[in-house]
Amino acid sequence: MVNEKTLINFELTKTPTPLPMSVFNQSRKNVIRLIFSIAFIIILIRLVHLQIFSGKYRQLAQENAILRKIIHPSRGIIFDRKGKAILDNTTMYDLMVTPSLVKGADTFSLCRILGIDTIEFKERIITAIIKNTRNRPSVFSPLLPPDKYAKISENLYKFQPGFFLQERQVRLYPYAAAANILGYLGEVDSAFLKSHAEDGYQLGDYTGMTGLERTYEKVLMGERGVQYILKDNLNRPKGPYENGAFDTAAIAGKHLYSAIDISLQELGEKLMANKVGAIVAIDPKTGGILAMVSAPTYNPNLLTGSERRNHFNELYRDPALPLLNRAVNAYYSPGSTFKTLVGLIGLHEGVISPGTTVTCSGGYYGCGRKMGCHAVGTFSLREAISHSCNAYFATVFRRTIDNNQFPTIDSAMNNWAKYMNSFGMGRRLGVDIPYEKRGLIPTANYYNDPKIFGKNGWNSCTIVSLAIGQGEVNATLIQLANAIAIIANKGFYYTPHIIDSIQGGDAFGLLDPYRQKQYAVKIPDEVYEVVHDGMQQVMESGTAAASKVPGIIVCGKTGTVENSYKGVKQKDHAFFAAFAPRENPKIAIAVMCENAGFGASSAAPIASLMIEQYLKDSIEGPERKALKERVENLNLIPPRIYKEMINQDSLGIDSELEVKENKETQNNKNRSKPSQKTKPEVLLPNNKKKTELIKDSTNN
Amino acid sequence: MNVKKTGIPRGFDTTLIWLYILLLVIGWIAIFSVEYRPNENVMKAILGLKKNYSKQLLFAGFCAFVGIFILLTDSKFFTATSNIMYLIGILLMLFTFVIGKNISGSRSWISLGHNFNLQPAELCKIFTALALAKYLSRSETDFTKTRFQFIAFAITLAPAFISILQNETGLALVYFAFFIAMYREGLPSWYLVLGFSLIILVISTLLVEKNMLAIILSAIAIVIIYLLRTRYKRYRSLTITVIGIWAVAVAIQRFAVPYVFDSVMKPYQVKRIYTAIGKDFIPKNAIELKELQEKEKGKQKDKGDYNVKQSKIAIGSGGFMGKGFLKGLQTQGDFVPAQHTDFIFTAWAESFGFWGSTLLIGLYFLLLMRIVKIAERQRSTFSRVYAYSVASIIFFHVMINICMTVGLAPVIGIPLPLLSYGGSSLLTFTTLIFILLRLDADRQMVLR
Repeated sequence: MVNEKTLINFELTKTPTPLPMSVFNQSRKNVIRLIFSIAFIIILIRLVHLQIFSGKYRQLAQENAILRKIIHPSRGIIFDRKGKAILDNTTMYDLMVTPSLVKGADTFSLCRILGIDTIEFKERIITAIIKNTRNRPSVFSPLLPPDKYAKISENLYKFQPGFFLQERQVRLYPYAAAANILGYLGEVDSAFLKSHAEDGYQLGDYTGMTGLERTYEKVLMGERGVQYILKDNLNRPKGPYENGAFDTAAIAGKHLYSAIDISLQELGEKLMANKVGAIVAIDPKTGGILAMVSAPTYNPNLLTGSERRNHFNELYRDPALPLLNRAVNAYYSPGSTFKTLVGLIGLHEGVISPGTTVTCSGGYYGCGRKMGCHAVGTFSLREAISHSCNAYFATVFRRTIDNNQFPTIDSAMNNWAKYMNSFGMGRRLGVDIPYEKRGLIPTANYYNDPKIFGKNGWNSCTIVSLAIGQGEVNATLIQLANAIAIIANKGFYYTPHIIDSIQGGDAFGLLDPYRQKQYAVKIPDEVYEVVHDGMQQVMESGTAAASKVPGIIVCGKTGTVENSYKGVKQKDHAFFAAFAPRENPKIAIAVMCENAGFGASSAAPIASLMIEQYLKDSIEGPERKALKERVENLNLIPPRIYKEMINQDSLGIDSELEVKENKETQNNKNRSKPSQKTKPEVLLPNNKKKTELIKDSTNN
Repeated sequence: MNVKKTGIPRGFDTTLIWLYILLLVIGWIAIFSVEYRPNENVMKAILGLKKNYSKQLLFAGFCAFVGIFILLTDSKFFTATSNIMYLIGILLMLFTFVIGKNISGSRSWISLGHNFNLQPAELCKIFTALALAKYLSRSETDFTKTRFQFIAFAITLAPAFISILQNETGLALVYFAFFIAMYREGLPSWYLVLGFSLIILVISTLLVEKNMLAIILSAIAIVIIYLLRTRYKRYRSLTITVIGIWAVAVAIQRFAVPYVFDSVMKPYQVKRIYTAIGKDFIPKNAIELKELQEKEKGKQKDKGDYNVKQSKIAIGSGGFMGKGFLKGLQTQGDFVPAQHTDFIFTAWAESFGFWGSTLLIGLYFLLLMRIVKIAERQRSTFSRVYAYSVASIIFFHVMINICMTVGLAPVIGIPLPLLSYGGSSLLTFTTLIFILLRLDADRQMVLR
């Protein structure tokens, strides 16, 4: 440039008469060409960067234009043993809104149908805009109840195009029974998403929270489909991407075939009305659970519709704990029903023989302190069972523990505990209901703990109450039913389970544990026959003579369990365990009624009616029908629960529950607040706390 | 030399005509791809004149008519009437203040009825080019003299000034293109150097921290003085000049630029400039924020950074081979605002990728080089100045427009020559090029 300038100056000074300018500036055409070229090269370099080396724009373009939509398959159906659907799907409708199209809709009548005011209406619209922008539909009112659905679909023309109805699959419990077995669905939370990162869940998805819904979630959920949808700049869907070439179809969840007999289940729930307790009925041949009742129960359909949250809170706050599955998730002292096992282990260890007799004079004085007894006389094993003789089993238990075949009391104790474990006591059986409790069979270590007795601080006398199923021993009702099944089978069992088979095969091996035959201690069949004799006598002339089943030989054992609640002694729990028929047993059953007094008065008739229903398919004869009616109307709800109900009502809302309720609300509204705790709300009753609540602590 | 082998009479430059037609076709294809949706009846749409691509066809037809008309006109007509046309152009622009129609915030349009609008500022480019050519080709004009230079500036910048008043900053900027033509005619280099330096200074003011830049400028000044210390004895004034330039630069950086950005320019304009240099614009006070929001509310699609982001996504997603004709997802999903007008390049770049964009840019480059070649073979100053004006205008449009779409320049609403949808723009460039063809055909004559 400087050169040119000097050139111009030079030219100008040299020639006084100006020539045409172009002569002097001709070289500038090259400068201009250079400027043009440089500018184009800059653009070209930029294009190389944008179009060839920046992959991020391609990705951004995909995000811009393609919507990845998850297609939810319908969940699998659960059938009972006779092929009746006990957990089904039904279609409900969500009222959807596209905020940008609301103008002109008859909002007044919509508000009136839904029972909301205009402020609420506006709030919901704003929430929808925040959630999904104004051009994309969001849920305005989820899961409309039938009456509202009818009114809205009738008047839909008034609200279109801003509002429309969208189908949604919802769980349906056709029999409104077996709530605690089947379980319910709940929306996933962030903690769940984190722990199931590989399974493709998204915020807003539902998953099984309890019961079979949870255990078999993998099978029931099916496989989610993916649809790629083209969208435009306002996020409006425009149609499938590449005509659906990349889409994958949703695969429906697999059906489950359960061992449940729904009519038996229904009867059980009816019989347990107005009682607190549980029933477990098992098919001893297969380990299939025929019925599992936990009372009080609830209508599971309450937890599916739009009112789910309210119902849930109500159930959660109920002091009778309807959400707790008392058959699996709570444990009790098993009481006299436990005695048969003590007897069997004694026989196996050779400390007694079936002919061994013990004389009882109305109590057991072997340990210097009287242990009360129901019967007086001299008993062999058979009579001891039928009369539930405490003295007999205390003797057997002490002989087992003080057995001098073992070098120390510790090893004898541990040996006893091992046999108990082989009967399924004191360990998780592995039923297909989540959060099974293990119960407790104390070992030497347990007692050696300085907090209990300490080393050498105990002997067979200090722990003699174990012999009659009291003291430290704890069992779940399913363990008890399983033990009865073992006795019925004369030594073997299959792990109790609800699901027998899965449609299309068991791809995840979920049912493998239930196919293996398992054995308890090896005891000759003749010994079992003696025990069966004793149990048969219970039904014929013993403690449960009033609960005979006409035409069927039932073997049973009553139990009456002392217990206290918060240190206050409560009315005894009633237990009854039985199997029938004696030859070729088809049902093993355990019944427990909390604070119901004698086992023979409530638990035994319930078991008897259940056995009749299962074996004969109905309750026949006026006498039996009357019994059924009487049991149904029997109110055995402990007074303390009524008291708590009243307290709760007068106190208003428990603050802790309030917090949980809010949490639920937040989850459902899909808004996450930073302060929100991330602990999953899986099984809602806080297990430990709740079981303690009803746990019976007895130390005579 | 003026007898062409192709047989087109009177020696018109066929290369230029072919380039013109090619670009026009590319433009129409791009507009079509923006608007076309699957299952659309194209013939019906074209005949119905409902769609932009059908209107653009009509404009092209009209332009062909105008082009032929121009080619049939005597060259002397342009030299003779250039001053009068310039006056008419200015008057038309002023006229818009009275009967102007407001289209997207700018009162620079005159309605011709039937949804056809004319933007006089567009047409005024032609008249200005002719007027400048006329002025510089006068025998009494001595372009080495400052007085004549300033009159030339006034001729070119008057329409720019009116455009700014009409809120069409983009159009006003184009008038600075004439400086390239003037440079060719002997405008001292330092005008351009000064202009470039000023731009660099302003950009660095925005990018570099205030005190840091002052230190850098001072350091540069000291280094220059140190290097020139031997010459110092001969040119006393040199040091003073350097110090003077330093003082002005610092003053601009510290006071002038902040003043202009804070008080003179509208917040949305500042935001666009910030977007182009990759800086976040944070409104300083509530008034600015409100102004910005109002601007963005009125023209919802006019958010500078949104436009540029979407435009870059569309271009970038084309990749090397492009998505294919009518297969651009960004184009089909209306993601790029104003895609058929100012952002038409994105539609082409997404569909045909890097090779397509390179082809298009190459065509523009050939066009410019051809015009420069034509300019240099003119005997008369009038034709040469005019040819350079045409080259400069096209160059400015192409540069600013494409740089805007790839995120190198602020979003300034000026069309891509011959590609963007719009009658006014197409007519302007057609007229510019066909007058050049007409003048070139008579290049042996000395026109004044």
